[in-house]
This record gives sequence, structure tokens and C-alpha cells, in this order.
Amino acid sequence: MIAAYFVLLIPFAGIIFFAIADSKSDMGKINVYFNAVCLLATLWLAVNVFNHGTILSTNKAYIVDPFNVYLIVLTAFVGLTTSIFSAPYMAHENEIGKLTAGRLKLYYTMYQGFMLAMYLVLTTNNLGIMWVAMEGATLATVLLVSLYRTPESIEAAWKYFILCGVGIAQALFGTILLYYAAMQIGDGSNALLWSVLYENAQKLNPEILEIAFVFMLIGYGTKIGLVPLHNWLPDAHSEGPTPMSAVLSGLLLNDALYAVVRNKMLVDGTTHSNIAGYLMMGFGLLSFLVGALFLHRQKDIKRLFSYSSIEHMGMMTFAFGIGGSLATYAALLHMTVHSLTKSAIFVTVGHTAQIAGTQRIEKIRGLIRTQPQVGWGLLIGTLAIAGFPPFGVFTSEFLVLLATMHSYPWLAPLVLLGIGIAFAGLFRHIQPIVYGEKPEGQLPVKANLWPVIIHLGLVLWLGLSIPGFLAHWFSQATVLISGSTPL
Amino acid sequence: MNIGQTDFYTQAILSLAALVGLTSFLMLGQSRLLRLIFVFALQGFLLTLTTSLAAYSLNNPHLYISAALTLLLKVIFIPWMLRREVLQMNIHRDVQTLKNKTMVMLGGASLMVFSYYVLHPIVQTTTPAMLNALAVSLSVVLLGMLLMISHRQAVAHVVGFMSIENGLFFAAIVATKGMPMVVELGIAFDVLVAAVLFGIFFLHIRSSIDSLDVDLLNRLNEVDK
Amino acid sequence: MNWLIAILQGALFIILAPLLAGWLKYCKCRLQNRKAPSLLQPYRDLLKLSNKQPVVSEQASWLFITAPYLIFSATALAATVVPLVVVDLPTSASADVIVMVGFFAFARFFLTLAGLDIGTAFGGMGSSREMTISSLAEPAMLMAIFTLTMTASTTNLSGAIAHVLDEGLVLRPSFVFALFALILVAIAETGRIPIDNPATHLELTMIHEAMILEYSGRYLALIEWASQLKLMLYGVLIANIFFPWGIAETFALKDLGYGLLAILGKLALLAIFLAVAETLVAKMRLFRVQEYLSFAYLLGLLGMLSHIILEASR
Repeated sequence: MIAAYFVLLIPFAGIIFFAIADSKSDMGKINVYFNAVCLLATLWLAVNVFNHGTILSTNKAYIVDPFNVYLIVLTAFVGLTTSIFSAPYMAHENEIGKLTAGRLKLYYTMYQGFMLAMYLVLTTNNLGIMWVAMEGATLATVLLVSLYRTPESIEAAWKYFILCGVGIAQALFGTILLYYAAMQIGDGSNALLWSVLYENAQKLNPEILEIAFVFMLIGYGTKIGLVPLHNWLPDAHSEGPTPMSAVLSGLLLNDALYAVVRNKMLVDGTTHSNIAGYLMMGFGLLSFLVGALFLHRQKDIKRLFSYSSIEHMGMMTFAFGIGGSLATYAALLHMTVHSLTKSAIFVTVGHTAQIAGTQRIEKIRGLIRTQPQVGWGLLIGTLAIAGFPPFGVFTSEFLVLLATMHSYPWLAPLVLLGIGIAFAGLFRHIQPIVYGEKPEGQLPVKANLWPVIIHLGLVLWLGLSIPGFLAHWFSQATVLISGSTPL
Repeated sequence: MNIGQTDFYTQAILSLAALVGLTSFLMLGQSRLLRLIFVFALQGFLLTLTTSLAAYSLNNPHLYISAALTLLLKVIFIPWMLRREVLQMNIHRDVQTLKNKTMVMLGGASLMVFSYYVLHPIVQTTTPAMLNALAVSLSVVLLGMLLMISHRQAVAHVVGFMSIENGLFFAAIVATKGMPMVVELGIAFDVLVAAVLFGIFFLHIRSSIDSLDVDLLNRLNEVDK
Repeated sequence: MNWLIAILQGALFIILAPLLAGWLKYCKCRLQNRKAPSLLQPYRDLLKLSNKQPVVSEQASWLFITAPYLIFSATALAATVVPLVVVDLPTSASADVIVMVGFFAFARFFLTLAGLDIGTAFGGMGSSREMTISSLAEPAMLMAIFTLTMTASTTNLSGAIAHVLDEGLVLRPSFVFALFALILVAIAETGRIPIDNPATHLELTMIHEAMILEYSGRYLALIEWASQLKLMLYGVLIANIFFPWGIAETFALKDLGYGLLAILGKLALLAIFLAVAETLVAKMRLFRVQEYLSFAYLLGLLGMLSHIILEASR
């Protein structure tokens, strides 16, 4: 359990350090060091969980079980690689005058703050604290979205703040209703602890839980980016600095989905109708299709990939909604690979925007001739996210399709159609970007593509063969979530 | 449930709930920002009264701390901060004429009925007083959202957001006799940070589009230009 | 014996109305830091007016001359319906709340016609404004009153007040809403700020005054008295419906005495509240009156809804 406390203390120390540090120090490197130490702590935690199973802290405030342990490691990993990318990137932005030193300091402080909030969402056992941390993550990133202070970014940040704030207030109402239901069967001191509620799920009042789940789905679903609550997502992910987009797309969406699934586990244990599952399937499928369709209309490369995020989160929600062991396994795998791939893509897109000087798709051409690394990175990344074998996304999407055909065969054509439309939408924009005539004056930039290579390599590895401990955790998590063993 | 037969605590809670709902309606109809902020502070004060009443009646000293926190945050600090910003940015003379104030009010009434409808399924298993308190708090949340929709000023959006939090806090107090202290503190901290961030945002929006009318924030959209 | 007390109560209403108006004026003057006229000044004004010869225009019809009597009698009859000091009088069998609203409507009808009768522009303007306001205010008032009657399961005012009194101190959310609605409607119907300024001399801002611009002498005295009586009626309604403690339920002299003192005290407090409100708030423009009244209607509606949902026994 000490490992978990370390995981939380390190970003907290990071916040304090950056808040009082001198803004001329090399903050990028120090950020990388903080994240590296945190990754080590999470690996230590993972080894603990691997050896001892679920860890519950003595006052039952923190829980690390197979469902969230790999998410914690993933968060630390993506946080580290993004900070490796962001150190030279943000320094470059500082040089060309888009940012001041003070804002850079704010960026690094909030980066650590965001990481702390993420870890807190993942490790806490108290559903109220989970909400507080979720809101905290929103607050930490709001100022970062408007970091460049252009009118568009201020508008995006305002939209993000208001929509996510109001959405999350609904989730708080759901949590309050859940607490109310819990108070009816026990006393107050541990009525918000997830582990206690999970054990006593049958005694809770099913009607209250259903209403509570609806509110929580709408609330946390706003943060996941479920249609029709998704309007903030393309704006916030495209107007913020690129490391911010990578981290938001890769980590925050996952954590929101994690919160929804934790609550779904409670509701499934209580009600005997599958209402939670149907709701998630409905919203998920809608998001999936709408995201895929909107991909075609985009003119900004970051908005393009934001809609791709919406589409993939929709698919994950859909898979969790189907329930059952196969779909749940697929969804867990998808959470992992999507996070890795999307952050890699955003790193590449960041370099792309720096090369071309703009984010408009029609103005970016001939990447592969200008800087082959970036061009190939973008191409392979898009291949990965579109679901090409042998990348991991193909595996998880294939499993989702299998599960759909098994349980709801009439929805399978829709899923296939969506995958096809998304593929078409991505490639019709990426192909001219990567190939195409190289315009005048496009020069390569200094780019550190190691994060991209590592991420895509991991995704490839997960697509070909999932390592034993990961498969073990996925199976255990599947049992936890869906109540039956997979495969 | 015949109200004459319930105990005094329940009656008081229900009456305070009615008054909180009334302040939500009053906020819907305000066209001047300073008065809107004042009604919001009044709502916070009613919440403090409710919390103190619950603390006294249930002998739960934690709730006194909650009440003090609400008083400090929602009655004193946030209205003071908003008022200061409004006066500094000199927008207290802007009169926002709402189109269709009557329709907005009637929409608010139908939202109240809707929130009763939403919570109706739990009528078998809860006391009627609890059901009503929850329904009123949900309607305050929905009315806060209506306030945000019907106003164009960014300050009105913030007040709507904070009144949503008020409704949630009311639900927590009457339905669950107060959340655990650590959660309460966390939520209060979040609200505080959110309020400060809103204040910073006003300055940014003002400096970028030179007004606080959020209808003018319209550069990002999906329409082909 | 009971009939005597009933007649006395009616007479008390009529006699005390100018005193309430005088007290209201006293409060307003003190708030504006002026020296107030004596509390009995309205009586002197009524006496002065009734001694003067009325001047009637040549274009006036029979309506112009009979209207003041009709208005005053209707308002006085409404006064017998509302319990002032004691409930359960012999007249209380007809003390239905809808009858009371009907009396008010009757009086208002003739006042409006009288305003139109002479054919001046101001009279017509006042009449049309008065009708606009009352068409919006009456539903609001009925909503508020019905909340009370639904609680007591009777529209008989005496019975309703007795029921509320019997139940003891019960805090009802519906009463909270209905109280605010009735206060707003009372201000609109009696023509106080912010709807209508009773002391204005600018004809274009007048509503009530515009209709009675042409009256003089004893006719004016009757109409003034009727409007003071209407103000007192609304005050007694608010005081006795929502705060009925102190009202006598038997005819013992001690109870009657307490009842009288109680109502006088409540009316005095209400007058202070009205004076403060009138001093703090500015008169609204006419097109905003409909928002004000629809807000009052909304409150009444909410009171009714909360009664049905919260309080009614299932």
C-alpha cells in the first residue's frame, strides 16, 4: 500500500515544486524526472498487486485491484512519454513567442496537478472522492486549454468548463442518490466506499440505483465524450497545446469511463434488469456512429483525431454495455491500446503542426517528403487507430464485433458500417497530408519520435500477443465486471 | 402524507425547500446582475439555515461545520467575488432584457413538475418528505441549468452553475443527513477553485472579445465557411 | 346577538378603513423624513368631500351618478364576507371566497364603466389599463386562494380559517408560495407602487386615479372610501388566512377583544411592510406589469402544485 501513497505523493510534490520554482529553470526536464519516478512507483504497485491480489488500504480509502492497476501503470507511462515529448515542444513554443515563461510554469504545475487527479480517481475507494478528483482534473486542465490565449482557445476553454462542470454536477447528484440508497441499509461512515457497496449490492434499492446510474452516466458520460454531450471535446482537444491534447485524449477519457464502469458494477449487482447495459450500449453506439460520420467534415487535423477519440470511446462504452465476458475483455484491451495509440498520434500531429505552421488539413501536404519520420509516424498511427491488423486496436475491435454478433446480431452491421466509415474518413484526410505535393518552404523540425515508436511498438505487441500478467489482469477484471470468466 | 401529521422538522425542511425553490425562480427573472448575485447569496443563506436545522435536529455536529463552510463560501466569498468583478468590469449597468421572460418562468414550472416525475419511481420506498426534498433539489439543479440557457452574460452562467451546486448540496443535506466530512471538504474545495477560475476567465473573455456576452463566442463550429 | 355582532363587524370594517389609510400615509411620511398628517386626516377629507357639491358633466349618463353607490355597496358587502375579528358568524354561510371575488369584480366593472362614461381620453385609458391588470391578477389571486381552500377542503372563508387555526402551527410550503402570490396580487389590485402610484398627479401614469378623474363631492368620497376599504380587505385576507392566530372563535367578550387587538396589530404591521416596500421600489412601466403578474400566477400555481404533491393525503 505504501506504493499507492507514493504514487499520490509524487505528483503532489511536483505541484508544490513547480509552484515555487524559478521559471528560468529547466522545467521540462524536471517534469520528466517527476513522471519517471512516479512510473517506477506505479510499477512497484503493479508488482505488489500481481503478487498479493487486490490491495485495500487499512482505512479502506484506497483500493487497487486488477481493474485499475494496469490503468494506473498506463497513466504513468503515457504521462512520462508525453512529458518527454512536451519538454522540447513547449520550449520551442516559448521560443517562437506563443507562450510566456509564467504560463509555462502554470503549464507544468497543472500537468502535475492533472496527474495527481488522475491517480486519485483510479485509486480511491470512496465514490465521493472519485467525483472530487474528476472535477479536480477538469479544473486543472481548464486553464491549460486556453494557454495560448487566442479567442478560439478561450472559447474552447469556456465551453469545456461550463459543459463539463454542469455535466459533472449531474454525476454528483447520482452519487448523492447512491449514498442515499446506501444509507438505507447501513450507517454513514462507509456508505460511499465502493468495496463495501459491491459486497452489499443486492440489498440496495434497485429503483434508486437505476435513477442514480442514469445521472452518473450523463455526468461522467459528458467527460467521456458521449454524443450528444460531446460538444466540448473537439474544441478543447484541438485548441489546447498538443501535449494537453495527448493527455486529455489518452487519459482523462479513460478515467471517466472507468468511473462509469465502477458504478455500473454496483448497479448490475442490484437491479435485475439490464438497464445500465442498454443505456451504455445506446449512447455508445450513437457516439460511435456520429463520431465516424463527423470525421469526414473536419478541416482541422486535431479536431479530426478528437472525433476519432469520440468514436473509440463510443465503441468502448458500447462494449461495456453489452456486458458478458468477451465484450468486457475487448473493452479493457481497447482502453489500453487506444490510449497508447491516440497519444502517439497526437505527438505526431504536434510535430506536423509545427512543420506546416498550421493545423488546417488543406494546408498540410507532403509530410513524408519533408520529414519522413513524422510522415511515417502519422501514417502508421492512423493505420493503428483505424483498426488495421496486426495492431492491438484490430484485436479489440474484432472481439467487440464477435461479442456483438454473439449477443445482438442485428447490431453487427451497424458496427461494421461505423468502422468502415471511420476508416474512410481518416484516410481521405491523412492520405493527402502524408503524400501529396510538398509546398514551398516546409522544413523539417527537431523531433523526438521515441515516444511514438515506443507506443506504437507496444500496440503492435499487444495486437500480436498479450503478455501473461496483462491477460491475467484482464481476465480478473472481466470476472469482476461481468461476473463470468472469458475465453 | 398529511402535512399536519408529520413532525416539525419535516415541515420546516419542506418549507425551506419551497423557499429555496422560490429563490431559483426569482433568479430566473432577474435582469440585473447585482440583484441576481444577491438572490444567489440569499439562496446560500437559506441553505445554511437548512444545514443548521438538520444539525440541531439530528444532533450531528459535523453539519455545523458544513453550515459554516456554506456560509463562508456561498453567502460571503463567492457573491463578494462576483460582485467585485461585476463592478470592476462595469457591467452592472447592462440590463439584459430576456426575451420571453414568461415562457422561461413557465418552462421553469414544468421543469419542477418534471423532476417530480423523474423521482416518482422511488415513492414506494422512501418517506414522502424525503421524496419531496429530493425532487425540490433536482428541480433547483434543473432551474440552474435553465438560468444558464436563458441568459447571455457570462456572470449569469457562473451564478447558474453555483446554484446547481446549491441544489446538490441541499439534496445531500436533507436526503443523506450530510455526506462524509472528507467528501464535503473536497466538494467545497472544488467549488472554491472553480469560482476562482471563473473569475480569471472573465478577464480573459473580456480581453479577447471585449464583452461578457457569450453569444459572441462563436468562432468554433462545424458549419462550412 | 350573533347578527348584531355580524353587523358590528361590517361596520367596523367600514369605519376602520380610513384609519388604516391614515396609518399607511403616516408610515410613508416618516420614512421620507416628512412631518405626517394626523391619523384621522382621511376622515376629515371624506367629511369635507361629502359636504361639497358634486360637479357632473353634461355628457354623463345615469351610470356616472349611480356607479359610486354601487361600488361602495359591493365593496362593503365583500367586507361582510371576510372575517375580521371573529369567525363563524351567521353571515359566514355566504362567506364564500368566490363570492368575494365576484363582489370585487362587480365593483371593478362599474368603476371601469364610470371611467369610460364621460368620454375623456384619460378615463378610457385608465379603464383599459385597469382591465388589463385585473384580467391577469384575478387568476393569480384565485390560485392563491384555492391553495388555502384545498387545504381546508372548503371555499367558505370562515370555515377555512377555522380549519387552519385548529391544526395549530403547521409549516406548509404551499402556504409560503400562496402568501407571496397573494401579496403581489394585493399590491396590483389595490393600485399601490410598483403597479400604480396613488399619489401621482401625472395623468399618463395613472391607472386608478385616471378612472375617477372626473368625480367630485360625495361621489368622490364614496369611491375613495371604497378603495380604502379594498386595501383593508386585502390586508385582512392576508393577515387572517396565513397568520390567523388571535382571531376569536367564540363570542365571549374577552375573545372578541383579543381578536380586535390581534387584527389591529397585524394590519399595522402589514401597513409598515407596505410602506417600506413602496419607499424602496420604483414604479414599474406598464408593459412590465404582465411579467410581474405572471410571476404572481406562477407562485400561485407552484403553491397549488406543492399542495397536491407534498401535502395532500393519499
